[in-house]
Amino acid sequence: MALTADWNPLGDVFFRKFDLCSMQWSDQVDLQKSIVAAAPFGGPIALIRDEARGQKISGVASKPLIQIFTSAGKELAVIRWNSGTILKLGWSNKLDLLCVQEDGSVLIYNIFGVYKRTITLGQEARDVRVIQCHIFNTSSGTTGAAVLTSSYRIFMVTNIDEPRIRRLAEVPGAEIPPSCWSVVSLQQSTHVLLAKEAKLYLLDHELHCEEQEVPINSPVDSYIEMAVSFNNKYLALFCSSGILWIGSSSLKEIYCEFDTKCQKRPQQLAWCSTVAVVGCWEDILLMIGPKKDWIKYTYDSAVHLVPEIDGMRIIGNSSHEFLQRVPACVEEIYKIGSMSEGAMLFEASKEFQRGSQKADEYIRMIRDKLSHAMNQCISAAGHEFDPVNQKALLRAASFGKCFLEDQKSDFFVRMCQELRVLNAVRNKNVGILLTYQQLQHLQVPVLIDRLLLQKLYWLAIHICQYLKMPDIEGASRVLAHWACDKVQQSGIEEEQLARAIAEKLGDTPGVSYSEIANKAIECGKVDLAIRLLGCELKAAEQVPLLLKMGRNQLALTKAIESGDTDLVYTVLLNLQERMPRGEFLMSIRTVPVACSLYLQFCREHNRPMLLELYYQEDNFQEEGNTRIADSYEDERFETRVSKLVATQDAFNKAKNECATKLTEEQIRLMRFQRKMEEETNKPFLDLSLHETMYKLIVENNQKGVEQLRKDFKVPDRRFWWMKILALSETGDWNELDRFSKSKKSPIGYEPFVEVCVKNRNFEEAQKYMGRVTPENLVRCYVKLGKLEQAAESALQSKNAEDLNFVLSKCPPSNRALFEKIQTMRNQLGAK
Amino acid sequence: MASHLSSGRINLSVLRESYRQEFLELLDKCKGTKALVWDGALTGPIDLIADYTLLKGHEVDRMWPLQYGRLPSSNVQNIIFITRAKSSLMDIIKDNVTKLDNDRKELHVFFVPRRSLLCEKKLKDLGIYGLFASVEEYSLDIIPIDCDVLSMETELSFRNCYLENDRTSLFLAAKALMTVQALYGVIPNIFSKGDCADEVVDLMMRMRRELGGRDMQVPPQIDNLLILDRIVDPLTPLLTQLTYEGLIDEIFGISNTFAKFPPEKFNASAPGEASSDPKKIKLNSSDELFAEIRDRNFNAVGNVLSRKAKLISAQYDERHAAKTVGEMKQFVSKLPHIQAEKASLGSHTAIAELIKEETDTDEFRASLVATQEFLSGAETDKASPYIEDCIAKQEHLLKVLRLICIQCYCNCGFKPKLLDYYKREIIQTYGYQHLVTLHNLEKVGLLRTQGTVRSYATVRKSLKLLMEDVNEQNPNDISYVYSGYAPLSVRLAQLLHRPGWRGITEVLNVLPGKTREEFQQIPEWLRKRRASGSSVHSSGSEQKVTLVFFLGGVTFAEISALRFLSQMEDAPVDYLIATTKLINGKTWLDSLMDVFQAKPVNPF
Repeated sequence: MALTADWNPLGDVFFRKFDLCSMQWSDQVDLQKSIVAAAPFGGPIALIRDEARGQKISGVASKPLIQIFTSAGKELAVIRWNSGTILKLGWSNKLDLLCVQEDGSVLIYNIFGVYKRTITLGQEARDVRVIQCHIFNTSSGTTGAAVLTSSYRIFMVTNIDEPRIRRLAEVPGAEIPPSCWSVVSLQQSTHVLLAKEAKLYLLDHELHCEEQEVPINSPVDSYIEMAVSFNNKYLALFCSSGILWIGSSSLKEIYCEFDTKCQKRPQQLAWCSTVAVVGCWEDILLMIGPKKDWIKYTYDSAVHLVPEIDGMRIIGNSSHEFLQRVPACVEEIYKIGSMSEGAMLFEASKEFQRGSQKADEYIRMIRDKLSHAMNQCISAAGHEFDPVNQKALLRAASFGKCFLEDQKSDFFVRMCQELRVLNAVRNKNVGILLTYQQLQHLQVPVLIDRLLLQKLYWLAIHICQYLKMPDIEGASRVLAHWACDKVQQSGIEEEQLARAIAEKLGDTPGVSYSEIANKAIECGKVDLAIRLLGCELKAAEQVPLLLKMGRNQLALTKAIESGDTDLVYTVLLNLQERMPRGEFLMSIRTVPVACSLYLQFCREHNRPMLLELYYQEDNFQEEGNTRIADSYEDERFETRVSKLVATQDAFNKAKNECATKLTEEQIRLMRFQRKMEEETNKPFLDLSLHETMYKLIVENNQKGVEQLRKDFKVPDRRFWWMKILALSETGDWNELDRFSKSKKSPIGYEPFVEVCVKNRNFEEAQKYMGRVTPENLVRCYVKLGKLEQAAESALQSKNAEDLNFVLSKCPPSNRALFEKIQTMRNQLGAK
Repeated sequence: MASHLSSGRINLSVLRESYRQEFLELLDKCKGTKALVWDGALTGPIDLIADYTLLKGHEVDRMWPLQYGRLPSSNVQNIIFITRAKSSLMDIIKDNVTKLDNDRKELHVFFVPRRSLLCEKKLKDLGIYGLFASVEEYSLDIIPIDCDVLSMETELSFRNCYLENDRTSLFLAAKALMTVQALYGVIPNIFSKGDCADEVVDLMMRMRRELGGRDMQVPPQIDNLLILDRIVDPLTPLLTQLTYEGLIDEIFGISNTFAKFPPEKFNASAPGEASSDPKKIKLNSSDELFAEIRDRNFNAVGNVLSRKAKLISAQYDERHAAKTVGEMKQFVSKLPHIQAEKASLGSHTAIAELIKEETDTDEFRASLVATQEFLSGAETDKASPYIEDCIAKQEHLLKVLRLICIQCYCNCGFKPKLLDYYKREIIQTYGYQHLVTLHNLEKVGLLRTQGTVRSYATVRKSLKLLMEDVNEQNPNDISYVYSGYAPLSVRLAQLLHRPGWRGITEVLNVLPGKTREEFQQIPEWLRKRRASGSSVHSSGSEQKVTLVFFLGGVTFAEISALRFLSQMEDAPVDYLIATTKLINGKTWLDSLMDVFQAKPVNPF
């Protein structure tokens, strides 16, 4: 058979339609009487008997069945329908089956017909009933549903995983039913195009309704069907007059108007990729190109059209076909009379195998374009479904490679690998009828996901390993899914299950044991879950599950090991809520980290508890510290004092003598201050002892000062400083003088000079110069600004360092002095 | 902007870019115009990641500080609270939220760097959790401060670990290191000293296991990681830093690369500028002059400044030499650069003058002298008259505590009597409320009584911590940063590579905490490494890169010392520095204080 036998020209391009496989459902199914939903990318098919189309078997109120098949027609599941009337079936992009009912609820099932959940499209939809529905994929990758109610309003959710119901704007002319409508999802916005007879409206997500101008020349009574292309960019409108309008979905561009000469509404109108529109009337398929070219196909029974990104699948009762524009590289090679490099190479290869010298001639002709020829053959192989053709083309490519020296083989190798994978999943037992182009769009990980959904673990893991995918994305993920599935199976001993899982998974990196354990918990297999959790590395996953199962102590240990404070708090607060207090405290007592964190928590949220904990643990030192802090919070003098008494007691128990003594002194000081406040009516409280005494000196309360000095054993050194500073502050120079003479100063007389200078009383400072010790004399002179005397005194004591110091203080403006000191320095240096 | 981040051996702008993206993505999630309400402690750090102009491009119309009271009214669609996970801040958020005008705005909270269960619980307890449309986490673990410095900017890390036994910051540090490894490759060799450091290594190992091989994406750019626990060397931050940048921090404080100075010394360039506002200056390596002098001993800064002044005036004079139009044009093209240099020179000259005023005071000198004596171990077992005088004159408590802690460390603990004496002096002078602070210092070991081992002298001698004859102008040893004392932490880093820690096992045993060495396996295909064309300046044999992580804080002087090490002739390694917080003695001790504000006593 010529390879171009199934080709048909549509204008200047070729289309081909070929069998993907024969349907295994053979006798079970009559598409004529069914509502059909097939998922794109060669996905599964769901069927339900169409009450409107099929004849009811009179008298028997049979429950309808939903059947789910693979693309190859292998039955996956049957759902016995118990719920309301189904209006529409559809698939989400994650291959969940969506069943839309008349009451606007959407029941969601997995591929094996297991019920997952229900979402609804709102009260109004429920009240007035839904009459039509569209299920669509948005450009952001979510699946949505839109319904038209009998009151001609549209409700929509754009993401069934996070349903947010939106009511779209009302269309003028509420009493007329819309003649057709569709959802268009472009970039960020998803809107609806709705036709009411000859008027077309755009309903956007912001509650606007805008009438659209369709650039159409033929007269229009009513648009009765529309189809949006797979990528949402193109639109086809079918008019009651039989005119088909093809253009862009923005309505800005128009490709053609084609008269089908058929005024009947097509049963299906769909796009074949973005290159042609196909209408289906009973047993006739009419394909119309953008330039009014057309091809007609006839069938002997009903078919169902499934638009794909690169073509269209046609599902029939017994066969499953693919209709696509012939890919350019394939056309180049197979087209009759083609002189392209690829075609030459392909010929050469064939001749070579025949043992003909013509092979050499062909190769010579394309010698310098061999690389391109190879790539053409490789690409073309990708687009072939039949392994025989694939092999022939790849063999040609490989033949061409013999004549090239430094040809990279990446593309060739990758194509071989991908074709092997594609052929494997197209197998009738798997039934994922994916084209090469679709795989490029989906990517391998998504394909793996699909295999996992179908529980084809063995195939999935082999593909991962064959393609050398990193374990995390590949094998580990498959194993995890397998394990999750495994734990849900009943009838196997938990012990045995745990062993089986551990054997298979071992230390495979990236396996989430907690996910598997969670599944086990859901199935009530607690022992199994605990066993599995033991293998989990991520504490953040492990701990919440352990808590869920009541393994408190283990949860606490694991949380602490992780070092994640937040996780420890998760456990602590959880335990605190669930346990009697005593038991809770006992359980954290032996875990120091938990204790510290709980204390930290109490420090901010529960002060009384904090004290209690310290007390319980005989940690009197910390109890004391806490009590100090608390005492400052109090506004009443007596309670403050009594708190400090308790503090003193705590420090005493802690055998901290120093703190005990200091606390006792503080209480005494406070009492004294209180007394002073009463006597003088001036604030004293909260001053330190030092500040209190200072204040008393300033206020000339000799008696008070002396009393405190004695009672609190203030060291002489500090007392002298205090008094000197206080007296200088008040400017009581006489008293300062008297004080200086009261006895020998323990801090020398330099401080006297210092305070006088600080208050700019140089004359007074002079008085004390006589008593300053010789080693401090130089610095005191400098302070007084008497540099010359300072220098002389330094010279006298032969102290070069001091002399340098004086020099550094000498302003350069005073040249004479500067030089004099320098001479002195030389003098010293000479000696 | 901020191209200086990419000028180091490890291109830190990559890190910033990744944080920036994360932040912008979070912002973009909130559709529409936004007002940001900032926890004050975060404005500085996040400003280093994404500045206001950038945020404006993402519909940020308003920025307000997080404080009690009513938020200003505006017509933004979103209000986003950006906050650390601190319980007290939740109260403020509540106050803000409940006082909002009842118009429809979407509320959000971003926790930095991690969301916390406690805070979320608190929001729930306050009854406002449900009002937020989203609660997100912005994992800003570690912030690129300069081309070779990263900081987590968590000032309480040391306190939490050693006072409260709360190891959260270690977890965050490990996370930060994982972030660094995710961007710059797994670090093959890990060394650590100190128990907290040991724990961080444990956590890193654990986190790597959790990743299960997902971290093997980038070839390693960093060869070694050294984690040092501040407890190993508590002495260094207590000392007064004597480098230029160190002194700026000591005297004026540097926060997120900015320092504020009294304005008088700076010639107001714009006449309208209010002179009473402090002058805020950005200090990072994008300022060439600052990059040159920041690490020098302050005594060597003057020379550089005057040399620079001459250079600039010489450059100005070139215009007289310019005869042809071409020459003139060339001169004009250089002009902006020269002007920028001149402005920078002006600022730094003013700063240097301000510093000099401080360092010339008797107090400053006396305190240095006293410190030097402690360091050399002279008379450390008696009450120091200098400290006594400081107390008697009621000098700042932090200064006094700093000195006492230094003395205590150098004496390997006080006799009980002396410790009690100091405590009593402090309580009597500064007030009883400081008793808890003193207890805190005891608990972390900065104040303690004598043990049996007298380790300081051993450590000082075998690690040559005290150097005579320091050359401040052209140093040959790291000790120049403290004019004679080589920071212990940096000495350890230095000896790690030459000759290796095996040679100093005895000293390491004397220092507190575990010593550890780990090797992280790296797959063969990632092992070799760095494109050779990355840097023009790299010499034939490439220097290795060591990341030194200071848990509990690092001082600018220590950073300078490490920079100095990598610039020495045939230095074996280049350093990248990371820390929980940039500290100095003041800020560090301050973090350990408990301050109580006495409530006014009710007279009735």
